[in-house]
Amino acid sequence: MKIEKMILAVITTNKQKVDGGAPIFLCEDKQEMDQVATDIEAIMDGISHALSEEMYIIVKH
Amino acid sequence: MNEYTYPMLLGVLVGTFTRIAMLRTDYRQYPTYLHGKIIHIALGFIAAGLGSVAIPAIMEKQFTAVTFLTIAASQFRDVRNMERNTLTEIDGYELVSRGKSYIEGIAVAFEGRNYIVMFTSFLVTLFYLIYNIWAAIAISIVTFLISKKLMSGGKLKDLVHIEQEEIHFEGAGLYIGNIYIMNIGIPDRQKEILEYGMGFILTPKSFNVRPTIANLGQRQAILHDISTIMGVYRDSGTPALVPLIKRDLRSGKIGVFVLPQDRNVEKAKFVIGSVPILENAIRLPNESKANKGDE
Repeated sequence: MKIEKMILAVITTNKQKVDGGAPIFLCEDKQEMDQVATDIEAIMDGISHALSEEMYIIVKH
Repeated sequence: MNEYTYPMLLGVLVGTFTRIAMLRTDYRQYPTYLHGKIIHIALGFIAAGLGSVAIPAIMEKQFTAVTFLTIAASQFRDVRNMERNTLTEIDGYELVSRGKSYIEGIAVAFEGRNYIVMFTSFLVTLFYLIYNIWAAIAISIVTFLISKKLMSGGKLKDLVHIEQEEIHFEGAGLYIGNIYIMNIGIPDRQKEILEYGMGFILTPKSFNVRPTIANLGQRQAILHDISTIMGVYRDSGTPALVPLIKRDLRSGKIGVFVLPQDRNVEKAKFVIGSVPILENAIRLPNESKANKGDE
């Protein structure tokens, strides 16, 4: 089976909100979160989507 | 030399010329290479030969010779396969892909043009043998004009009104007017998109048009054409910077989000208007009996 879309990573400043499957990157503040998201996006060829102010997911489309 | 030499020669010449005339290298850049062109001119020549040989064969009561035409048919079906395969292979390396429907449209055109060549040669030889060379020349001009007319399909501007619309973000969501396009998380990316992105709303002129412009293949064709002609602010490994078209479910409008390098609005509208309507995207719901009563 070919997986069409997949969450590659979760980047968040609020550990309470996430658990499980994908790698989770815990950040101190929004600025660090932006930086980490930009880097992972570039590395993985994924897109950063914002679920809320404190959480991004990197999705491979 | 016999009485068929000149009619057939003229038939082959006119046929090959018709094929060359239909073989334009335009913005689609296909076929680009000299070799690619030679393949098609050679096939056009073969088609022309087959077309012009049919009438003399019948006149000589060589009816079985007509079965050659069936070989021709399978031959040209291979042309379609060849074009489809080549274009599909290449498509993976385009920044904005053509999409399968567009490729299929191009492939079908390549096959169809060979039949037109065959038919042209057939008619030219027929008229030469029945009447004279002048009638043959007259019919060549007529078929040439008809083939020109037949080969230029509809353009998108016949189906839709094209308006420019500002793009904006609501939270992380990118919108063109009220049409949602995608979710972009990183603020830097959002800035980039606002700077380089452009939005257009295509409003269908009639109910019939809705499924046509909603067709995913047609949408990809629009994106490919704009990106080819106007350039695209994108590279491999930047999936966030992707031209997209989304649909307003209620009204059937579509929102076109593109990242052109040439930011001329009028030109962009012109380019969108000139996108060919893909034959395999055309639907005519109004032709259905269920919809006939509504009019």
